Amino acid sequence: MATSRLSTPTEARRSARREGWTRPRVVTLFLALALLALPFADFGLAGHDPGAALSRMLAGFLRPDFGAVEQIGRAIWLTVAFAVAGVAAGASSGLVLAPFYHLRAVRWLCIALRSVHELFWALMLMQILGISPLTGVLAIALPYAGIFAKVFSEQLDEADPRPAEVLPRGTDALSRFLYARAPLALTAMKHYTLYRLECGMRASAVLGFVGLPTLGFQLDSFFRMGDYGAASAIMICYVVLIASVRQWMRPALAPLWLLGSVVTLALVKSPPMGSGALMRFLTEDIVPAPLRDGWDLAGLLHWLAPLVTDEMLPGLVATFVVAQIALALTGALAFAGFGLIVPRVTPRWGRALGHLGLVILRSFPEYMLAYLFLQVFGPSMLPAVLALALHNGAIISHLLGREGETLLPTLRRDAPRGLTLWGWELAPRLSGPFLALCLYRWEIILRETAVMGLLGIATLGFYIDSAMAELRLDRAVVLLIATGLVTAGIDALSRALRRRTGAGLSGQTRVEGC
Amino acid sequence: MTLAALDRETLGYGRAAVLPGLSFALAPGERVVLLGRSGVGKTTLLNAMHDRLARDHRTALVPQDQALVPQLSVLKNVLMGRLDDHGALYNLSNLLHVRRADRAGVAEVLAPLGLAELADRPVRALSGGQKQRVALGRAWWRGGAVLIGDEPVSAVDETQAEALLGQMRDRFPTALLALHDVALARAFATRLVGLRRGGILFDAPATEVSDGDIAALYAH
Repeated sequence: MATSRLSTPTEARRSARREGWTRPRVVTLFLALALLALPFADFGLAGHDPGAALSRMLAGFLRPDFGAVEQIGRAIWLTVAFAVAGVAAGASSGLVLAPFYHLRAVRWLCIALRSVHELFWALMLMQILGISPLTGVLAIALPYAGIFAKVFSEQLDEADPRPAEVLPRGTDALSRFLYARAPLALTAMKHYTLYRLECGMRASAVLGFVGLPTLGFQLDSFFRMGDYGAASAIMICYVVLIASVRQWMRPALAPLWLLGSVVTLALVKSPPMGSGALMRFLTEDIVPAPLRDGWDLAGLLHWLAPLVTDEMLPGLVATFVVAQIALALTGALAFAGFGLIVPRVTPRWGRALGHLGLVILRSFPEYMLAYLFLQVFGPSMLPAVLALALHNGAIISHLLGREGETLLPTLRRDAPRGLTLWGWELAPRLSGPFLALCLYRWEIILRETAVMGLLGIATLGFYIDSAMAELRLDRAVVLLIATGLVTAGIDALSRALRRRTGAGLSGQTRVEGC
Repeated sequence: MTLAALDRETLGYGRAAVLPGLSFALAPGERVVLLGRSGVGKTTLLNAMHDRLARDHRTALVPQDQALVPQLSVLKNVLMGRLDDHGALYNLSNLLHVRRADRAGVAEVLAPLGLAELADRPVRALSGGQKQRVALGRAWWRGGAVLIGDEPVSAVDETQAEALLGQMRDRFPTALLALHDVALARAFATRLVGLRRGGILFDAPATEVSDGDIAALYAH
């Protein structure tokens, strides 16, 4: 009984204090880490004139040009198709895996699947499948299967166990699951799948930056041509599309969307790959070079040592520098910003503006924002940090603001308004969810930071991309595994910290993050 | 002859044991009603007897919390009473589209329960009394030698409760119930068992239990 008593909020807080993991201390620790990282960060503008670039872009953005409607329409529709097909495949595999998630082998498989970023999956799959539709679908489906399996299994665990308990003994496991377990979690699962589709739309758009025919590809070509009007138009379409997902994706229409997506993707032409690409990839390409002609330990160490010291470690350091600074900035923005969308703190027109700003920042994935900032500030860590902080800050602001709104009716009748309400009532009450959300985003920020290396920022992704470009896939795989391990490690650390600080979240809020 | 028996067994766990050293037996053809204040261990005894009975006899269960699946229809909740009679494939296809024979069979169960019109309604849209009748329907559809019911008619009015217990009497040769309504219990039971503070206070044919015995059961 001792354990169940410890979990009451007061006791948890007391035990947290005993162990020294109070919320202010954790916040201070993270701020200190960010400050420590600052001197190592490269924020130079490298001869770029951000003013001129920004004014050129802004001028274009203020005059969106929908003239290239055919290209825009095709890119948007393919973005949707990849997202729908990828999420559908990921969700179905996740559903099959979820009942077995308590098995260690399944759990580890899922952790491995989801600790590798969609873009990295795409780069790997391209070695086998080329730039084909299947590459894009699998790049989304594989990590999503791992995520869906985890979330679905949690949702099944949280469902009412009683109907399953009263079923006649001797009812087989499948019937038991389909009649008395799955229906209870189905609403939550549907809701989550819809939410994941939004994430999938972002992922699908970003896949364009590595060559798949989605929005990122089209955006990149418009930028290369300096056609900011068209770039602006496609981004407006994209924001509208994501903001209206709940309007156009109805459960009843899902089969139609899926059918349309599969047909579309089947019609996409892709360059053929030589036969045996998969076997060559598995038995040759990803085997460390010194081992291809037999076991050679000395050779392996000789191969591994420079890889670790010259690529893995510098990549890791840069990844952490960017991620920690971005996390601190994320927290600051979110904490300062969530009041923007809470009634009684901000007047109606201010809230409308706040919502608009947050929707825009939430719609654009970190990677795409970083790409945009890169055009303005040139290659340094600055675009990455800004993109990560704005996107994640907007997500946390949105979720906190929503929590804050639900708090309003519970406040005393004579509660203050405006900033006083924000500072005295909302901020203290939301400090737990705030910290939990920041810790939750920590892992996501790290994942995204690593992948931003593909944009030329010296994080882990940079070294992975270079290894792939040189067709040294064995090196890329080692770096990918290191990235996955670090991501999974941060995930575990974040969970432990959330538990220690008693910073919990309601189920609804907890799962909303991509 | 007995269907199942407990012989000086301690029910409940460790220090939380509510019924230490309890002996209890159920014979075929008996309708036994447990009486007693809440928390005295009626549910514990029912669960123990259910587990014991289900080993050798087909047993239908109506738990106190009904344990229905709110998202599924009345029809499918009732079908759950017989999932163990069929293989997974049969059950899976029934979940997608209920077979005509099963639908007709369940309709015969639902009609006397007053649920005929509600067969395709999801359970979450029903009232408390309707849900309770669905839970009974699931047990009717299952059928068997014994019914175990934990306050199976607590959410319906007295007239309805009498009628439902009448149906139960016709469908199950043997029953073991917990009821809080003494009049209903007297009308239904062949044997009354009074539980009080960790043990059985009386266990006798219904006709031999006096009002005084029952008053003693609920007295402070």
